[in-house]
Amino acid sequence: MNAATPPSRREFLKTGALVSSGLVIAFVVPGAARFAMAQAPRVGRPFAPNAFLRVGSDDSVTVLLAHSEMGQGIWTALPMLIAEELDADWSRIKVEHAEAAPVYAHTVFGMQMTGGSTSTWSEFDRYRQAGATARALLVEAAARRFGVKPADCRTENGVVIAGTRRARYGELAEAASSLRAPTTVTLKDPKDWKIIGKPTKRLDTPEKITGRAEFGMDVHFPGLLTAVVARAPVFGGTVKSFDARQAMAVPGVRKVVRVPNGVAVVADHFWAAKLGRDALQISWDLGPNASLDSTALREEFRRLAGTEGAIAAQAGNVGDALGKADRTVEAEYAVPYLAHATMEPLNCTVRIGPGKCEIWTGTQFQTFDQHVAAQITGLKPEQVKIHTTFLGGGFGRRANPTADFVSLGVHVAKAANAPVKTVWTREDDMRGGYYRPAYLHRARIGLGSDGLPVAWRHVVVGQSILVGTPFEPFAVKNGIDAASVEGVADSPYLKEIANHRVDLHSPKTGIPVLWWRSVGHSHTAFVMESLIDELAQAAGKDPVEYRRALLKNHPRHLGVLNLAVEKAGWGRRLPKGWTRGVAVHESFGSFVAQVAEVSVENGRIGVQRVVCAIDCGIAVNPEMIAAQMESGVAFGLSAALHSALHLKDGRVQESNFHDYPVLRLNEMPRVETHIVPSSEKPGGVGEVGVPPIAPAVANAVARLTGQRLRELPLRLNA
Amino acid sequence: MKLTINGADHQVDAPPDMPLLWVLRDMVRLTGTKFGCGVAQCGACTVHIDGAPRRSCVTPVSAAVGKAITTIEGLSPDGRHAVQRAWAELDVVQCGYCQSGQIMSAASLLAANPDPTDADIDAAMTGNICRCGTYQRIRAAVHRVAALAKGGVS
Repeated sequence: MNAATPPSRREFLKTGALVSSGLVIAFVVPGAARFAMAQAPRVGRPFAPNAFLRVGSDDSVTVLLAHSEMGQGIWTALPMLIAEELDADWSRIKVEHAEAAPVYAHTVFGMQMTGGSTSTWSEFDRYRQAGATARALLVEAAARRFGVKPADCRTENGVVIAGTRRARYGELAEAASSLRAPTTVTLKDPKDWKIIGKPTKRLDTPEKITGRAEFGMDVHFPGLLTAVVARAPVFGGTVKSFDARQAMAVPGVRKVVRVPNGVAVVADHFWAAKLGRDALQISWDLGPNASLDSTALREEFRRLAGTEGAIAAQAGNVGDALGKADRTVEAEYAVPYLAHATMEPLNCTVRIGPGKCEIWTGTQFQTFDQHVAAQITGLKPEQVKIHTTFLGGGFGRRANPTADFVSLGVHVAKAANAPVKTVWTREDDMRGGYYRPAYLHRARIGLGSDGLPVAWRHVVVGQSILVGTPFEPFAVKNGIDAASVEGVADSPYLKEIANHRVDLHSPKTGIPVLWWRSVGHSHTAFVMESLIDELAQAAGKDPVEYRRALLKNHPRHLGVLNLAVEKAGWGRRLPKGWTRGVAVHESFGSFVAQVAEVSVENGRIGVQRVVCAIDCGIAVNPEMIAAQMESGVAFGLSAALHSALHLKDGRVQESNFHDYPVLRLNEMPRVETHIVPSSEKPGGVGEVGVPPIAPAVANAVARLTGQRLRELPLRLNA
Repeated sequence: MKLTINGADHQVDAPPDMPLLWVLRDMVRLTGTKFGCGVAQCGACTVHIDGAPRRSCVTPVSAAVGKAITTIEGLSPDGRHAVQRAWAELDVVQCGYCQSGQIMSAASLLAANPDPTDADIDAAMTGNICRCGTYQRIRAAVHRVAALAKGGVS
């Protein structure tokens, strides 16, 4: 049995602050909660677990999510953790996004956020403890009612039972709320889990199949206006002057206001705002980025790749070892800027009142949003109330350290002096910046007489995501942004090579960049796993055998590799014109191998089937893990086969799905997911399916056509 | 002008070239129909007009006058349309934003073709983008509806 740590003094104090700011979410029936809030905060009463659930007198158990549901399934996984320890009746679980408040800060990052595939593992203890603490209180209340000891009570499906006596949680909620929480709670032994580890269907399906689910785009209340904003066609451009007369002539347009980086047209509805925006006459000062050109940037990156950069990893003497190698393999890889292109274009609804700013939006970064809104409005962060709606996709775009879409929304509402929903068109969203950075890699690898690598020289060139953000002190050391080289500098292959060196160049370009589902791994896995196949080919070895030799000291990599290969039937016959490619990669604390079955027909790459093996430690919800592997494969295939952004004269050339194509249903492979049984602590799931798919496909294409494609999206030569 | 939406008449004061999508969302306050691209590239705005799937983001409201408009809210009275039940059974949704459009496209495919092949599904559903990549489950759910209809199992 695990003895869990009770809420710490610090957590308790944070909760106290929460109570005094009037945002408490109580454990008990709503009436009692309101009563508790009306009193002065009772110092000494631990409320900490109470912020994560409440039990209603109707037996409902409402779970408050500290994280945002954006498709990854946290709406279901976090309630599973609470329900497990609470022995709750699963059919009575309700879920809500929590408000923005310090008590909901990420257990590792210290701010309220969703990202880095961390939600399940970072809450694994806290949500279980919240459930266990609530259960202990309900048992105590029942024991008093029954006149027995708590130890004589057991719990099952939302009921406390002692002999023949039974009490439903709803009947006990009020009594339990007046009890003092235990100082320690004991969590279940994993062998007793009834919910954790069981494939569990999503709790958000009913509203999402009926159109009832509320996304930021759907927020409405009386008096709410809609804005569409004209922003500079070049990053960093500013308004010189504008003429609003034609915009104001559009029926339904109410106001045209200037905001720091553009002009907002505020109207009764979106369509009027959009027509008004299109009718604006604006003279722009384009600023310093008006000659940005992605082709020229690629050349500059290539030049940098030939020079020494900051050293991200180093061992032995790579120059000497390369000189002595039997033969060398040299290659250059490149990936483009990418937009997240969430299905729901960015939007933010803001209502500013005396001493209060209310925000409705789908966000991954509540704490930053709150602070940025506070700065703009001159309020305190706790006076900014954030209503997190469902997110119509996140993929990192809604986790912006500058809170760009919230900042814009607050500026518009402030300038318009009215409640406003600021809506980005698809074109605004795609051209609005914060892209996955373009990268260029160059590697020179020396092989020994056995065909295995003896020296590995690697240079990575691309913009830093973290420099200039509040994360810089944690993640940027000695000029190395860990997110730029993750998957290379810490590669299991390099660990086994006595002589290696990884350099990094982080040029500044003026293009706003951001994490994009799987961050650095979105390019490093493509490069590393393609290179391994290149080496295997140079050595005349089977790519699976070659990896097994290199990964012999990395059991979790080997485990997923072997499982995927076995389930895929590696080496077994395929239809004519098909072949298989493999890749294995660790990211976010999990290990994923994928075997892709690929065809090439009329110059078109078709991905027919993907067999995926994942070791993510304890698999909390296998159903959601399978869904996320399917999702990661689809997302990764969009980048592998289709998507790229280009800049010319400072302007992003692509604008919508016709020129920024993404994977569609007719191209979706059959994806099969196999989960390695594990009792290791949980790792990430939401992003980890993305990295291996591009190299798995590229490796298959190379075997099939003889063309080693070293750039994404993959383009076959005619 | 008068619109018939989900069997009910609505009087709206909209310019005739205003896209039906924005009339539905911003005037009638039926927000289940989604804005994704504005140029008929993603299918999130799919509704039925006289039973046929239409991208409401490029359909002028005037073109829908006198016709029966069905949105996700009106697909079934209780959210228990066969397509919705299959979607729930196969746990299709993720972020959910595109799913109204996916379901409306699937419902009209199945109404016209109760037992579609994979090629039929490709043809009918490839216009609906899902960035979460729920395509495999969408395909399976469409087949599931067909199988249940054939087998008479509920």
